[in-house]
Amino acid sequence: MFLTLLPEITLVVLAFVVLTTDLALDRQSRAFLPYLTAAGMLLAVIFTIVFALPGDKPQLIFGGMLRHDWLTFVFRLVFLFGALATVLFSAGWERVARRGEYYVLIITSTLGMMLMGASADLVMLFLAIETTSIPLYILAGFITEDDKSTESGFKYLLFGAMTTAIMLYGFSMLYGFSGSTNLYWIAGALMSGELPFISMMGTVILVMAGFAFKVSMVPFHFWAPDVYEGSPTPIAGFLSTASKAAGFAVIIRVLLTAFPLEAFGGVDWTMMMAIAAALTMSVGNLIALAQTNIKRLLAYSSVAHAGYILMGIAAASELGGLSVVFYIIVYLVTNLAAFGVVAVAERTLGSNDLEAYDGLSRRSPALALVLLISLLSLAGVPPMGGFIAKVLVFAAAVEANMVWLAVVGILNAIVGLYYYLIVLKRVYLFRSEEEDKPVPIPRPSAVALTVCLIAILVFGTIIAPWFDYSGIAAGALF
Amino acid sequence: MVPVSYYVALSAILFTIGALGVLIRRNAIIIFMSIELMLNAGNLLFVTFARSFEQLSGQVFVFFVIAVAAAEVAVGLALIVAVFKSKQSIDIDEVSNLRG
Repeated sequence: MFLTLLPEITLVVLAFVVLTTDLALDRQSRAFLPYLTAAGMLLAVIFTIVFALPGDKPQLIFGGMLRHDWLTFVFRLVFLFGALATVLFSAGWERVARRGEYYVLIITSTLGMMLMGASADLVMLFLAIETTSIPLYILAGFITEDDKSTESGFKYLLFGAMTTAIMLYGFSMLYGFSGSTNLYWIAGALMSGELPFISMMGTVILVMAGFAFKVSMVPFHFWAPDVYEGSPTPIAGFLSTASKAAGFAVIIRVLLTAFPLEAFGGVDWTMMMAIAAALTMSVGNLIALAQTNIKRLLAYSSVAHAGYILMGIAAASELGGLSVVFYIIVYLVTNLAAFGVVAVAERTLGSNDLEAYDGLSRRSPALALVLLISLLSLAGVPPMGGFIAKVLVFAAAVEANMVWLAVVGILNAIVGLYYYLIVLKRVYLFRSEEEDKPVPIPRPSAVALTVCLIAILVFGTIIAPWFDYSGIAAGALF
Repeated sequence: MVPVSYYVALSAILFTIGALGVLIRRNAIIIFMSIELMLNAGNLLFVTFARSFEQLSGQVFVFFVIAVAAAEVAVGLALIVAVFKSKQSIDIDEVSNLRG
């Protein structure tokens, strides 16, 4: 049991180490803190792979609080990778690069996400969600001199606290229905068939409110563009990838284990999720068309991508689970690369308006190339990973007899391609007066961007191993 | 003993008051109080069910919720102070730099 929790324990120790080192160092040498954090997280990755490999059978540990299976394992790596890239992007972002507490908050939040991906009990789930959210509220409002940043932190907190309260009310009703806080016990109690349909569906909706907020599903998406625009750019990337992945990890686990489809008979939550998926991608894509700020554009695009991932959840099949895991992995590297480019470009351009990106390809060909690959992957163009991920979620929808949903998805993908190409048109075709001023890329950001770029191409060309791994991870749910 | 349904009704009323408060009131502190009310509606249900099932787990959950809510309020008040410093107001309608 100790070894299976070793990655989490490493993060707790790392948080204390970073906090104390921060006190001991002077201002100049604090530039070393992001590298210390990154090294610690790399250690956690190694521990996850070497010591915390799950066995053939899923294991309930910590008195049934956590479930140790392949899904837990895959999501642990996803969160750690997201945090690692965020730390590297932050190292080149002057306003946060030397603040020890900033890294401690990222570490704490990552710890919460890892517990979210593993929790099998409502108590653990609630604590994990809050351990993730509270540091993120602070991180979004971290730059107190900047009105936009405090405002984004404030909005994030208000939305987050309210949806958490709704979710908690749902939890308390689940406890009342089943007499237990364990997800597997709850499933058994709901299966007994004594509960009226309306109260079960009502509970699903209450509980989903909290999760929908984390993944910015319509109608809980209003915070996303404002918070992404105001918060420090590396954190916006973190929110749109790792935090969203954590939300999806919880959604697939809770919906598939605690609310088994057999308990509903006839109409169940798959229809609700299908409608939510269609709305989420349509709203996200259509509003993204009108954006003039790249961070807001990426925010609405990330809302749209939540919609595509929800398609896999609505399918509620093994292929659906597989497609969700695969999509999340690809989306993680792709969106991290896109936000990484924005974070790097912001240092020199001094603005996030789309106009500032005019002629970027002449100022920094490498940066423009990363933006090209990542946006095309988000749009779902082969041979990038995003293409395979989209094919899989559409296939899952068709397999689950939701052809209409797949059609909505394909139409949305076309809309998406349009606004991604508008950005690329500015970057590659437009000229600007400042073309002779290059955009330097800080070393740590360059490393993270390269890794993301390679990952996007590898996921899109060598598909079989990742397909198999996603299948094994999703298999833990059925 | 008071029947469970009375407590459930009371908690539903508390939750509704809280939710309406969040949606209608514009003062950040009052919104926070309303969120606390919603959390406490959940807590009341947990305690009620824990008593009727004669279990401890529901009551332990409430302790965790109270601790987490305290942490959330601490962060929330800090952010409200930061907003007040720049806006001289905590009316949430005035906090609207970010739009588009």
